[in-house]
Amino acid sequence: MNLAEGVQIVSFGILAVMMIGTALGVVLLPKIVHSAFLLAGVFISISGLYILLNADFVAAAQILVYVGAVNVLILFAIMLVNKQEDYVELPGRTIRKVATGVVCFGLFALLGTMVLATPWSLSTTSPSVVDNTVIALGEHFFSDYLLPFELASVLLLMAMVGAIILARRDLIPESMADENTVTTGLTLPERPRELARLGSEEQDS
Amino acid sequence: MNSGIDLQGSFIQTLQDFGLPIGLAKAVWLPLPMLLMIVGATVGVLVVVWLERKISAAAQQRIGPEYAGPLGVLQPVADGIKLVFKEDVIPAKADPWLFTMGPVLVVVPVFLSYLIVPFGQNLVVTDLNVGIFLWISLSSIAPIGLLMAGYASNNKYSLLGGLRAAAQSISYEIPLALSVLAIVMMSNSLSTVDIVAQQSGYGILGWNIWRQPVGFIIFWIAALAECERLPFDLPEAEEELVAGYQTEYAGMKFALFYLGSYVNLVLSALVFAVLYLGGWEFFIPLDRLADWIGVAETTPWLQVLTASLGIVMTLIKAYFLVFIAVLLRWTVPRVRIDQLLDLGWKFLLPVSLANLLITAALKLSFPMAFGG
Repeated sequence: MNLAEGVQIVSFGILAVMMIGTALGVVLLPKIVHSAFLLAGVFISISGLYILLNADFVAAAQILVYVGAVNVLILFAIMLVNKQEDYVELPGRTIRKVATGVVCFGLFALLGTMVLATPWSLSTTSPSVVDNTVIALGEHFFSDYLLPFELASVLLLMAMVGAIILARRDLIPESMADENTVTTGLTLPERPRELARLGSEEQDS
Repeated sequence: MNSGIDLQGSFIQTLQDFGLPIGLAKAVWLPLPMLLMIVGATVGVLVVVWLERKISAAAQQRIGPEYAGPLGVLQPVADGIKLVFKEDVIPAKADPWLFTMGPVLVVVPVFLSYLIVPFGQNLVVTDLNVGIFLWISLSSIAPIGLLMAGYASNNKYSLLGGLRAAAQSISYEIPLALSVLAIVMMSNSLSTVDIVAQQSGYGILGWNIWRQPVGFIIFWIAALAECERLPFDLPEAEEELVAGYQTEYAGMKFALFYLGSYVNLVLSALVFAVLYLGGWEFFIPLDRLADWIGVAETTPWLQVLTASLGIVMTLIKAYFLVFIAVLLRWTVPRVRIDQLLDLGWKFLLPVSLANLLITAALKLSFPMAFGG
Protein backbone atom coordinates (compact mmCIF):
# COMPACT_ATOMS: atom_id res chain seq x y z
CA MET A 1 0.00 0.00 0.00
CA ASN A 2 1.53 3.31 -1.02
CA LEU A 3 0.97 6.79 0.38
CA ALA A 4 -1.90 7.78 -1.92
CA GLU A 5 -3.94 4.65 -1.18
CA GLY A 6 -3.43 5.05 2.57
CA VAL A 7 -4.55 8.67 2.48
CA GLN A 8 -7.60 7.68 0.44
CA ILE A 9 -8.65 4.93 2.84
CA VAL A 10 -8.19 7.12 5.91
CA SER A 11 -10.09 10.05 4.36
CA PHE A 12 -12.87 7.72 3.21
CA GLY A 13 -13.21 6.46 6.78
CA ILE A 14 -13.31 9.98 8.22
CA LEU A 15 -15.81 11.18 5.60
CA ALA A 16 -18.08 8.14 6.03
CA VAL A 17 -18.17 8.52 9.82
CA MET A 18 -18.76 12.27 9.46
CA MET A 19 -21.56 11.77 6.96
CA ILE A 20 -23.41 9.08 8.92
CA GLY A 21 -22.92 10.94 12.20
CA THR A 22 -24.20 14.27 10.87
CA ALA A 23 -27.08 12.59 9.01
CA LEU A 24 -28.17 10.85 12.23
CA GLY A 25 -27.86 14.21 13.98
CA VAL A 26 -30.14 15.84 11.37
CA VAL A 27 -32.85 13.26 12.10
CA LEU A 28 -32.45 12.83 15.84
CA LEU A 29 -31.62 16.25 17.30
CA PRO A 30 -34.56 18.02 18.97
CA LYS A 31 -33.76 21.56 17.82
CA ILE A 32 -34.46 22.20 14.16
CA VAL A 33 -31.67 24.79 13.82
CA HIS A 34 -29.09 22.23 14.88
CA SER A 35 -30.48 19.82 12.31
CA ALA A 36 -30.22 22.47 9.60
CA PHE A 37 -26.59 23.24 10.45
CA LEU A 38 -25.71 19.54 10.55
CA LEU A 39 -27.30 19.16 7.12
CA ALA A 40 -24.47 21.36 5.83
CA GLY A 41 -22.07 18.83 7.34
CA VAL A 42 -23.79 16.02 5.42
CA PHE A 43 -23.48 17.96 2.16
CA ILE A 44 -19.82 18.77 2.75
CA SER A 45 -18.98 15.13 3.49
CA ILE A 46 -20.79 14.05 0.30
CA SER A 47 -18.67 16.59 -1.56
CA GLY A 48 -15.57 15.03 0.02
CA LEU A 49 -16.66 11.62 -1.26
CA TYR A 50 -17.01 13.11 -4.75
CA ILE A 51 -13.41 14.34 -4.50
CA LEU A 52 -12.31 10.81 -3.58
CA LEU A 53 -14.07 9.62 -6.75
CA ASN A 54 -12.08 12.17 -8.83
CA ALA A 55 -15.24 14.16 -9.59
CA ASP A 56 -13.74 17.55 -8.69
CA PHE A 57 -16.25 19.73 -10.55
CA VAL A 58 -19.23 17.89 -9.08
CA ALA A 59 -17.70 18.25 -5.61
CA ALA A 60 -17.30 22.02 -5.99
CA ALA A 61 -20.80 22.34 -7.47
CA GLN A 62 -22.19 20.29 -4.57
CA ILE A 63 -20.75 22.79 -2.07
CA LEU A 64 -21.87 25.81 -4.11
CA VAL A 65 -25.45 24.61 -4.68
CA TYR A 66 -26.30 22.56 -1.61
CA VAL A 67 -24.29 24.28 1.11
CA GLY A 68 -24.17 27.79 -0.34
CA ALA A 69 -27.73 28.01 -1.63
CA VAL A 70 -30.10 25.27 -0.45
CA ASN A 71 -28.90 25.08 3.12
CA VAL A 72 -28.67 28.86 3.53
CA LEU A 73 -32.26 29.12 2.28
CA ILE A 74 -33.40 26.49 4.80
CA LEU A 75 -31.65 28.45 7.56
CA PHE A 76 -33.23 31.70 6.40
CA ALA A 77 -36.65 30.08 6.47
CA ILE A 78 -36.08 28.74 9.99
CA MET A 79 -34.75 32.03 11.32
CA LEU A 80 -37.40 34.26 9.75
CA VAL A 81 -40.38 32.13 10.82
CA ASN A 82 -40.24 32.86 14.52
CA LYS A 83 -43.28 30.99 15.76
CA GLN A 84 -43.45 29.93 19.39
CA GLU A 85 -45.58 26.83 19.57
CA ASP A 86 -46.02 24.14 22.19
CA TYR A 87 -45.29 20.65 21.07
CA VAL A 88 -48.54 18.67 20.57
CA GLU A 89 -48.50 14.96 19.86
CA LEU A 90 -50.22 14.09 16.62
CA PRO A 91 -52.83 11.31 16.81
CA GLY A 92 -51.75 7.92 15.52
CA ARG A 93 -48.10 8.69 16.07
CA THR A 94 -46.96 5.07 16.39
CA ILE A 95 -48.54 4.11 13.04
CA ARG A 96 -46.76 7.02 11.37
CA LYS A 97 -43.46 6.01 12.90
CA VAL A 98 -43.86 2.38 11.85
CA ALA A 99 -44.85 3.41 8.31
CA THR A 100 -41.81 5.71 8.06
CA GLY A 101 -39.59 2.93 9.33
CA VAL A 102 -40.95 0.49 6.75
CA VAL A 103 -40.45 2.97 3.89
CA CYS A 104 -36.93 3.81 5.02
CA PHE A 105 -35.98 0.17 5.40
CA GLY A 106 -37.43 -0.60 1.95
CA LEU A 107 -35.37 2.20 0.40
CA PHE A 108 -32.29 1.00 2.23
CA ALA A 109 -32.81 -2.59 1.03
CA LEU A 110 -33.38 -1.40 -2.56
CA LEU A 111 -30.24 0.75 -2.59
CA GLY A 112 -28.26 -1.98 -0.82
CA THR A 113 -29.09 -4.59 -3.44
CA MET A 114 -28.29 -2.05 -6.17
CA VAL A 115 -24.88 -1.37 -4.61
CA LEU A 116 -24.12 -5.07 -4.30
CA ALA A 117 -25.38 -5.93 -7.80
CA THR A 118 -23.46 -3.25 -9.70
CA PRO A 119 -19.90 -4.02 -10.80
CA TRP A 120 -18.02 -0.95 -9.56
CA SER A 121 -14.38 -1.58 -10.47
CA LEU A 122 -13.04 0.39 -13.44
CA SER A 123 -9.77 -0.27 -15.23
CA THR A 124 -7.50 2.75 -15.67
CA THR A 125 -7.80 2.50 -19.45
CA SER A 126 -11.61 2.59 -19.45
CA PRO A 127 -13.19 5.48 -21.41
CA SER A 128 -15.05 6.60 -18.32
CA VAL A 129 -11.76 7.63 -16.69
CA VAL A 130 -11.42 11.23 -17.85
CA ASP A 131 -8.67 13.76 -17.32
CA ASN A 132 -10.63 17.01 -17.33
CA THR A 133 -14.06 16.45 -15.80
CA VAL A 134 -15.36 19.89 -16.81
CA ILE A 135 -14.94 19.18 -20.52
CA ALA A 136 -16.42 15.68 -20.20
CA LEU A 137 -19.45 17.04 -18.33
CA GLY A 138 -19.99 19.78 -20.91
CA GLU A 139 -19.85 17.30 -23.76
CA HIS A 140 -22.41 15.07 -22.06
CA PHE A 141 -24.71 18.00 -21.31
CA PHE A 142 -24.84 19.09 -24.92
CA SER A 143 -25.07 15.65 -26.54
CA ASP A 144 -26.69 12.64 -24.90
CA TYR A 145 -28.02 14.43 -21.79
CA LEU A 146 -29.36 17.48 -23.64
CA LEU A 147 -33.05 16.78 -22.94
CA PRO A 148 -32.74 16.34 -19.14
CA PHE A 149 -30.48 19.40 -19.01
CA GLU A 150 -32.97 21.60 -20.87
CA LEU A 151 -35.92 20.18 -18.93
CA ALA A 152 -34.17 21.00 -15.67
CA SER A 153 -33.56 24.57 -16.81
CA VAL A 154 -37.23 24.98 -17.83
CA LEU A 155 -38.27 23.62 -14.44
CA LEU A 156 -36.02 26.12 -12.66
CA LEU A 157 -37.40 28.95 -14.80
CA MET A 158 -40.95 27.94 -13.88
CA ALA A 159 -40.03 27.88 -10.20
CA MET A 160 -38.45 31.32 -10.49
CA VAL A 161 -41.48 32.85 -12.25
CA GLY A 162 -43.73 31.28 -9.62
CA ALA A 163 -41.65 32.72 -6.81
CA ILE A 164 -41.78 36.19 -8.37
CA ILE A 165 -45.57 36.00 -8.75
CA LEU A 166 -45.98 34.86 -5.15
CA ALA A 167 -43.71 37.59 -3.86
CA ARG A 168 -45.39 40.38 -5.86
CA ARG A 169 -48.85 40.43 -4.31
CA ASP A 170 -50.11 43.12 -6.70
CA LEU A 171 -50.09 40.52 -9.50
CA ILE A 172 -52.64 38.27 -7.76
CA PRO A 173 -56.21 39.36 -8.61
CA GLU A 174 -58.33 40.60 -5.68
CA SER A 175 -61.23 38.15 -6.09
CA MET A 176 -58.96 35.13 -5.83
CA ALA A 177 -57.42 36.37 -2.63
CA ASP A 178 -60.81 37.10 -1.03
CA GLU A 179 -62.22 33.64 -1.78
CA ASN A 180 -59.33 32.05 -0.02
CA THR A 181 -60.29 33.00 3.54
CA VAL A 182 -60.69 29.49 4.98
CA THR A 183 -58.06 29.03 7.69
CA THR A 184 -56.86 25.55 8.49
CA GLY A 185 -54.27 24.42 10.98
CA LEU A 186 -51.67 24.72 8.25
CA THR A 187 -52.40 28.36 7.28
CA LEU A 188 -49.48 30.65 8.01
CA PRO A 189 -50.20 33.74 10.06
CA GLU A 190 -49.98 36.38 7.32
CA ARG A 191 -50.03 40.12 7.21
CA PRO A 192 -53.61 41.33 6.63
CA ARG A 193 -54.35 41.96 2.98
CA GLU A 194 -55.80 45.46 3.57
CA LEU A 195 -52.54 46.76 4.94
CA ALA A 196 -50.62 45.35 2.03
CA ARG A 197 -52.97 47.08 -0.41
CA LEU A 198 -52.70 50.36 1.41
CA GLY A 199 -48.94 50.15 1.25
CA SER A 200 -48.93 49.53 -2.49
CA GLU A 201 -51.35 52.41 -3.09
CA GLU A 202 -49.07 54.73 -1.22
CA GLN A 203 -46.21 53.66 -3.40
CA ASP A 204 -48.24 54.19 -6.58
CA SER A 205 -49.32 57.72 -5.78
CA MET B 1 6.45 27.93 -22.26
CA ASN B 2 9.29 26.83 -19.99
CA SER B 3 8.36 25.06 -16.79
CA GLY B 4 10.44 27.35 -14.59
CA ILE B 5 11.60 26.16 -11.20
CA ASP B 6 10.14 22.86 -10.00
CA LEU B 7 10.65 23.11 -6.24
CA GLN B 8 8.65 19.97 -5.48
CA GLY B 9 10.61 17.82 -7.92
CA SER B 10 14.01 19.00 -6.71
CA PHE B 11 13.04 18.75 -3.02
CA ILE B 12 11.87 15.14 -3.40
CA GLN B 13 14.95 14.35 -5.47
CA THR B 14 17.23 15.75 -2.75
CA LEU B 15 15.55 13.71 -0.02
CA GLN B 16 15.81 10.59 -2.17
CA ASP B 17 19.52 11.21 -2.57
CA PHE B 18 19.76 11.11 1.22
CA GLY B 19 18.33 7.59 1.04
CA LEU B 20 14.66 8.18 1.94
CA PRO B 21 11.97 6.15 0.10
CA ILE B 22 9.94 8.19 -2.40
CA GLY B 23 6.70 7.84 -0.42
CA LEU B 24 8.29 9.30 2.70
CA ALA B 25 9.94 12.07 0.70
CA LYS B 26 6.55 13.06 -0.72
CA ALA B 27 4.97 12.90 2.75
CA VAL B 28 7.68 15.25 4.03
CA TRP B 29 7.04 17.65 1.13
CA LEU B 30 3.23 17.70 1.39
CA PRO B 31 2.74 19.87 4.51
CA LEU B 32 5.44 22.39 3.53
CA PRO B 33 3.57 24.45 0.91
CA MET B 34 0.39 24.37 3.00
CA LEU B 35 2.19 25.61 6.12
CA LEU B 36 3.98 28.24 4.07
CA MET B 37 0.66 29.43 2.64
CA ILE B 38 -1.03 29.65 6.06
CA VAL B 39 1.93 31.54 7.54
CA GLY B 40 2.07 33.76 4.45
CA ALA B 41 -1.64 34.55 4.66
CA THR B 42 -1.37 35.41 8.35
CA VAL B 43 1.66 37.64 7.81
CA GLY B 44 -0.21 39.23 4.89
CA VAL B 45 -3.04 40.07 7.29
CA LEU B 46 -0.61 41.70 9.74
CA VAL B 47 0.70 43.84 6.88
CA VAL B 48 -2.82 44.78 5.79
CA VAL B 49 -3.86 45.75 9.31
CA TRP B 50 -0.82 47.98 9.61
CA LEU B 51 -1.46 49.46 6.15
CA GLU B 52 -5.10 50.06 6.98
CA ARG B 53 -4.17 51.95 10.14
CA LYS B 54 -1.47 53.99 8.42
CA ILE B 55 -3.49 54.81 5.30
CA SER B 56 -6.56 55.66 7.37
CA ALA B 57 -4.40 57.94 9.47
CA ALA B 58 -2.99 59.60 6.37
CA ALA B 59 -6.49 60.04 4.94
CA GLN B 60 -7.53 61.83 8.14
CA GLN B 61 -4.24 63.75 8.54
CA ARG B 62 -3.19 61.81 11.64
CA ILE B 63 0.05 59.96 12.29
CA GLY B 64 -1.35 56.55 13.16
CA PRO B 65 0.46 53.83 15.11
CA GLU B 66 3.93 55.04 15.96
CA TYR B 67 5.40 53.58 19.16
CA ALA B 68 5.18 49.78 18.64
CA GLY B 69 8.27 49.11 16.55
CA PRO B 70 9.63 51.38 13.80
CA LEU B 71 6.71 53.27 12.19
CA GLY B 72 4.38 51.19 14.34
CA VAL B 73 4.82 48.01 12.31
CA LEU B 74 4.44 45.87 15.44
CA GLN B 75 1.02 47.35 16.25
CA PRO B 76 -0.97 44.51 14.56
CA VAL B 77 1.16 41.95 16.44
CA ALA B 78 0.31 43.73 19.67
CA ASP B 79 -3.38 43.69 18.71
CA GLY B 80 -3.19 39.97 18.00
CA ILE B 81 -1.42 39.11 21.27
CA LYS B 82 -3.90 41.21 23.22
CA LEU B 83 -6.83 39.35 21.64
CA VAL B 84 -5.23 35.95 22.29
CA PHE B 85 -4.95 36.60 26.02
CA LYS B 86 -8.34 38.28 26.40
CA GLU B 87 -11.00 36.40 28.34
CA ASP B 88 -13.22 34.26 26.14
CA VAL B 89 -16.78 35.17 27.11
CA ILE B 90 -19.78 33.09 26.04
CA PRO B 91 -23.09 34.85 26.78
CA ALA B 92 -25.29 33.12 29.37
CA LYS B 93 -28.17 32.12 27.12
CA ALA B 94 -26.13 31.60 23.97
CA ASP B 95 -25.79 28.24 22.25
CA PRO B 96 -22.17 27.39 23.17
CA TRP B 97 -21.50 24.91 20.34
CA LEU B 98 -22.84 27.05 17.53
CA PHE B 99 -21.25 30.13 19.11
CA THR B 100 -17.84 28.45 18.87
CA MET B 101 -18.33 26.89 15.45
CA GLY B 102 -19.45 30.13 13.77
CA PRO B 103 -16.05 31.90 13.56
CA VAL B 104 -14.35 28.62 12.60
CA LEU B 105 -16.72 28.13 9.66
CA VAL B 106 -16.04 31.68 8.52
CA VAL B 107 -12.25 31.41 8.66
CA VAL B 108 -11.49 27.89 7.39
CA PRO B 109 -12.93 28.22 3.84
CA VAL B 110 -11.03 31.48 3.32
CA PHE B 111 -7.71 29.85 4.20
CA LEU B 112 -8.60 26.81 2.05
CA SER B 113 -9.11 29.10 -0.94
CA TYR B 114 -5.41 30.00 -0.84
CA LEU B 115 -4.84 26.57 -2.43
CA ILE B 116 -5.49 27.99 -5.86
CA VAL B 117 -3.62 31.32 -5.72
CA PRO B 118 -0.60 31.06 -8.03
CA PHE B 119 2.60 33.06 -7.50
CA GLY B 120 4.38 31.55 -10.51
CA GLN B 121 4.18 28.76 -13.05
CA ASN B 122 4.94 26.14 -10.36
CA LEU B 123 4.54 28.31 -7.28
CA VAL B 124 1.01 27.23 -6.40
CA VAL B 125 -0.15 24.74 -3.77
CA THR B 126 -2.22 22.76 -6.28
CA ASP B 127 -3.08 23.54 -9.89
CA LEU B 128 -6.64 22.20 -9.86
CA ASN B 129 -8.79 21.69 -12.92
CA VAL B 130 -11.66 23.49 -11.21
CA GLY B 131 -9.35 26.24 -9.89
CA ILE B 132 -11.29 29.46 -9.65
CA PHE B 133 -14.60 27.60 -9.26
CA LEU B 134 -13.29 26.19 -5.98
CA TRP B 135 -12.82 29.75 -4.70
CA ILE B 136 -16.41 30.66 -5.62
CA SER B 137 -17.87 27.56 -4.02
CA LEU B 138 -15.77 27.83 -0.86
CA SER B 139 -16.73 31.46 -0.42
CA SER B 140 -20.37 30.33 -0.37
CA ILE B 141 -19.78 28.45 2.91
CA ALA B 142 -19.05 31.66 4.84
CA PRO B 143 -22.74 32.80 5.06
CA ILE B 144 -23.53 29.63 7.04
CA GLY B 145 -20.90 30.57 9.60
CA LEU B 146 -22.26 34.13 9.76
CA LEU B 147 -25.84 32.91 10.24
CA MET B 148 -24.59 30.49 12.90
CA ALA B 149 -22.74 33.25 14.77
CA GLY B 150 -25.70 35.60 14.50
CA TYR B 151 -28.20 33.02 15.68
CA ALA B 152 -26.11 31.54 18.49
CA SER B 153 -25.36 34.91 20.13
CA ASN B 154 -28.97 35.22 21.31
CA ASN B 155 -29.00 38.92 20.51
CA LYS B 156 -31.28 40.89 18.18
CA TYR B 157 -28.46 42.89 16.64
CA SER B 158 -26.41 39.75 16.06
CA LEU B 159 -29.27 37.91 14.36
CA LEU B 160 -30.07 40.91 12.14
CA GLY B 161 -26.40 41.30 11.28
CA GLY B 162 -26.05 37.62 10.47
CA LEU B 163 -29.13 37.61 8.24
CA ARG B 164 -27.93 40.78 6.50
CA ALA B 165 -24.49 39.30 5.97
CA ALA B 166 -25.91 36.12 4.48
CA ALA B 167 -28.33 38.03 2.23
CA GLN B 168 -25.53 40.31 1.07
CA SER B 169 -23.07 37.59 0.27
CA ILE B 170 -25.68 35.50 -1.54
CA SER B 171 -26.76 38.44 -3.70
CA TYR B 172 -23.26 39.52 -4.64
CA GLU B 173 -22.02 36.02 -5.32
CA ILE B 174 -24.01 35.92 -8.57
CA PRO B 175 -22.48 38.99 -10.30
CA LEU B 176 -19.09 37.85 -8.97
CA ALA B 177 -19.47 34.39 -10.48
CA LEU B 178 -20.79 35.80 -13.77
CA SER B 179 -17.86 38.18 -14.17
CA VAL B 180 -15.44 35.35 -13.38
CA LEU B 181 -17.27 33.24 -15.95
CA ALA B 182 -16.53 35.80 -18.66
CA ILE B 183 -12.80 35.46 -17.89
CA VAL B 184 -13.08 31.67 -17.83
CA MET B 185 -14.75 31.75 -21.22
CA MET B 186 -11.86 33.76 -22.65
CA SER B 187 -9.17 31.49 -21.24
CA ASN B 188 -11.00 28.19 -21.91
CA SER B 189 -10.05 26.93 -18.48
CA LEU B 190 -11.00 27.24 -14.83
CA SER B 191 -7.41 26.74 -13.69
CA THR B 192 -5.79 29.89 -12.32
CA VAL B 193 -2.44 29.02 -13.91
CA ASP B 194 -4.07 28.78 -17.35
CA ILE B 195 -5.89 32.09 -16.79
CA VAL B 196 -2.55 33.83 -16.16
CA ALA B 197 -0.88 32.02 -19.06
CA GLN B 198 -3.60 33.30 -21.39
CA GLN B 199 -2.74 36.91 -20.40
CA SER B 200 1.02 36.49 -20.86
CA GLY B 201 3.09 37.42 -23.88
CA TYR B 202 2.26 41.10 -24.40
CA GLY B 203 3.16 42.52 -21.00
CA ILE B 204 0.72 45.04 -19.60
CA LEU B 205 -1.22 45.21 -22.89
CA GLY B 206 -2.26 41.56 -22.66
CA TRP B 207 -3.90 41.83 -19.25
CA ASN B 208 -7.58 41.03 -19.02
CA ILE B 209 -8.37 44.45 -17.58
CA TRP B 210 -8.38 45.87 -21.14
CA ARG B 211 -10.59 43.10 -22.49
CA GLN B 212 -13.03 43.13 -19.56
CA PRO B 213 -13.50 46.81 -18.67
CA VAL B 214 -17.01 46.21 -17.33
CA GLY B 215 -16.20 42.84 -15.82
CA PHE B 216 -13.42 44.08 -13.59
CA ILE B 217 -15.53 46.87 -12.09
CA ILE B 218 -18.36 44.44 -11.36
CA PHE B 219 -15.87 41.99 -9.89
CA TRP B 220 -14.34 44.62 -7.63
CA ILE B 221 -17.70 45.89 -6.37
CA ALA B 222 -18.90 42.34 -5.73
CA ALA B 223 -15.62 41.37 -4.07
CA LEU B 224 -15.83 44.39 -1.73
CA ALA B 225 -19.38 43.40 -0.87
CA GLU B 226 -18.33 39.80 -0.23
CA CYS B 227 -15.57 41.02 2.11
CA GLU B 228 -18.03 43.35 3.88
CA ARG B 229 -15.79 46.32 3.31
CA LEU B 230 -17.10 49.86 3.31
CA PRO B 231 -19.21 51.04 1.44
CA PHE B 232 -20.86 47.63 1.88
CA ASP B 233 -20.17 46.90 5.56
CA LEU B 234 -23.87 46.81 6.46
CA PRO B 235 -23.73 43.58 8.50
CA GLU B 236 -21.62 45.39 11.08
CA ALA B 237 -22.85 48.93 10.54
CA GLU B 238 -22.05 50.57 13.86
CA GLU B 239 -24.84 53.12 13.92
CA GLU B 240 -27.55 50.58 13.28
CA LEU B 241 -26.45 47.21 14.61
CA VAL B 242 -23.73 47.84 17.24
CA ALA B 243 -21.36 45.40 15.48
CA GLY B 244 -23.72 42.98 13.75
CA TYR B 245 -22.96 39.32 14.21
CA GLN B 246 -19.72 40.16 16.05
CA THR B 247 -21.48 41.99 18.89
CA GLU B 248 -21.24 39.23 21.50
CA TYR B 249 -17.81 37.99 20.53
CA ALA B 250 -14.62 38.68 22.45
CA GLY B 251 -11.08 37.42 22.61
CA MET B 252 -9.85 34.85 20.14
CA LYS B 253 -13.26 34.22 18.56
CA PHE B 254 -13.56 37.89 17.68
CA ALA B 255 -9.98 37.74 16.44
CA LEU B 256 -10.97 34.89 14.11
CA PHE B 257 -13.69 37.05 12.52
CA TYR B 258 -11.23 39.92 12.25
CA LEU B 259 -8.56 37.66 10.74
CA GLY B 260 -11.10 36.08 8.39
CA SER B 261 -12.27 39.41 7.00
CA TYR B 262 -8.74 40.64 6.33
CA VAL B 263 -7.58 37.30 4.87
CA ASN B 264 -10.62 37.47 2.63
CA LEU B 265 -9.71 41.00 1.53
CA VAL B 266 -6.15 39.93 0.64
CA LEU B 267 -7.50 36.83 -1.09
CA SER B 268 -9.94 38.87 -3.18
CA ALA B 269 -7.15 41.25 -4.12
CA LEU B 270 -4.92 38.32 -5.12
CA VAL B 271 -7.69 36.74 -7.19
CA PHE B 272 -8.36 40.11 -8.83
CA ALA B 273 -4.66 40.35 -9.67
CA VAL B 274 -4.72 36.84 -11.13
CA LEU B 275 -7.90 37.34 -13.14
CA TYR B 276 -7.46 40.87 -14.45
CA LEU B 277 -3.91 42.07 -13.83
CA GLY B 278 -1.92 39.19 -15.29
CA GLY B 279 -1.00 37.46 -12.02
CA TRP B 280 2.77 37.11 -11.75
CA GLU B 281 3.47 38.76 -15.14
CA PHE B 282 5.76 41.81 -15.26
CA PHE B 283 4.68 45.02 -17.06
CA ILE B 284 6.84 44.06 -20.03
CA PRO B 285 7.18 40.50 -21.37
CA LEU B 286 10.30 39.22 -19.61
CA ASP B 287 10.98 36.20 -21.82
CA ARG B 288 11.10 38.40 -24.93
CA LEU B 289 13.44 40.81 -23.15
CA ALA B 290 15.72 37.91 -22.20
CA ASP B 291 15.60 36.69 -25.78
CA TRP B 292 16.51 40.16 -27.02
CA ILE B 293 19.48 40.48 -24.64
CA GLY B 294 20.58 36.99 -25.63
CA VAL B 295 20.07 35.05 -22.38
CA ALA B 296 18.64 31.57 -22.76
CA GLU B 297 15.32 30.87 -21.03
CA THR B 298 16.80 27.97 -19.05
CA THR B 299 19.62 29.99 -17.44
CA PRO B 300 19.42 29.31 -13.67
CA TRP B 301 19.87 32.92 -12.51
CA LEU B 302 17.21 34.12 -14.96
CA GLN B 303 14.76 31.52 -13.67
CA VAL B 304 15.39 32.52 -10.05
CA LEU B 305 15.03 36.18 -11.03
CA THR B 306 11.73 35.67 -12.88
CA ALA B 307 10.33 33.51 -10.08
CA SER B 308 11.12 36.07 -7.37
CA LEU B 309 9.94 38.90 -9.61
CA GLY B 310 6.70 36.93 -10.11
CA ILE B 311 6.07 36.68 -6.37
CA VAL B 312 6.89 40.37 -5.90
CA MET B 313 4.65 41.40 -8.81
CA THR B 314 1.67 39.37 -7.52
CA LEU B 315 2.06 40.92 -4.07
CA ILE B 316 2.51 44.45 -5.44
CA LYS B 317 -0.66 44.16 -7.50
CA ALA B 318 -2.62 42.67 -4.61
CA TYR B 319 -1.46 45.33 -2.14
CA PHE B 320 -2.21 48.09 -4.63
CA LEU B 321 -5.79 46.80 -4.70
CA VAL B 322 -5.85 46.66 -0.90
CA PHE B 323 -4.71 50.29 -0.91
CA ILE B 324 -7.62 51.20 -3.17
CA ALA B 325 -10.01 49.34 -0.86
CA VAL B 326 -8.74 51.29 2.16
CA LEU B 327 -8.99 54.59 0.28
CA LEU B 328 -12.56 53.70 -0.76
CA ARG B 329 -13.35 53.16 2.91
CA TRP B 330 -12.63 56.81 3.70
CA THR B 331 -14.04 58.37 0.54
CA VAL B 332 -17.35 56.59 -0.08
CA PRO B 333 -20.34 56.73 2.28
CA ARG B 334 -22.08 53.55 3.38
CA VAL B 335 -25.11 52.50 1.32
CA ARG B 336 -28.47 51.59 2.85
CA ILE B 337 -29.56 47.95 2.90
CA ASP B 338 -32.27 48.51 0.25
CA GLN B 339 -29.80 50.40 -1.95
CA LEU B 340 -27.35 47.55 -1.51
CA LEU B 341 -29.82 44.88 -2.60
CA ASP B 342 -31.12 47.09 -5.44
CA LEU B 343 -27.59 47.61 -6.71
CA GLY B 344 -26.87 43.90 -6.57
CA TRP B 345 -30.03 42.48 -8.11
CA LYS B 346 -31.28 45.25 -10.38
CA PHE B 347 -28.04 46.70 -11.69
CA LEU B 348 -25.03 44.41 -11.30
CA LEU B 349 -26.84 41.18 -12.21
CA PRO B 350 -28.22 42.38 -15.59
CA VAL B 351 -25.01 44.22 -16.43
CA SER B 352 -22.86 41.19 -15.67
CA LEU B 353 -25.19 38.97 -17.73
CA ALA B 354 -24.89 41.40 -20.64
CA ASN B 355 -21.12 41.47 -20.15
CA LEU B 356 -21.06 37.67 -20.36
CA LEU B 357 -23.12 37.68 -23.57
CA ILE B 358 -20.97 40.39 -25.17
CA THR B 359 -17.82 38.49 -24.24
CA ALA B 360 -19.26 35.36 -25.86
CA ALA B 361 -20.11 37.33 -29.01
CA LEU B 362 -16.65 38.94 -29.14
CA LYS B 363 -15.02 35.57 -28.59
CA LEU B 364 -16.87 34.19 -31.60
CA SER B 365 -16.15 37.18 -33.84
CA PHE B 366 -12.54 37.98 -32.80
CA PRO B 367 -11.06 34.65 -31.69
CA MET B 368 -7.56 36.14 -31.94
CA ALA B 369 -8.03 38.76 -29.21
CA PHE B 370 -10.58 37.04 -27.02
CA GLY B 371 -9.17 33.53 -26.80
CA GLY B 372 -10.69 31.37 -29.57
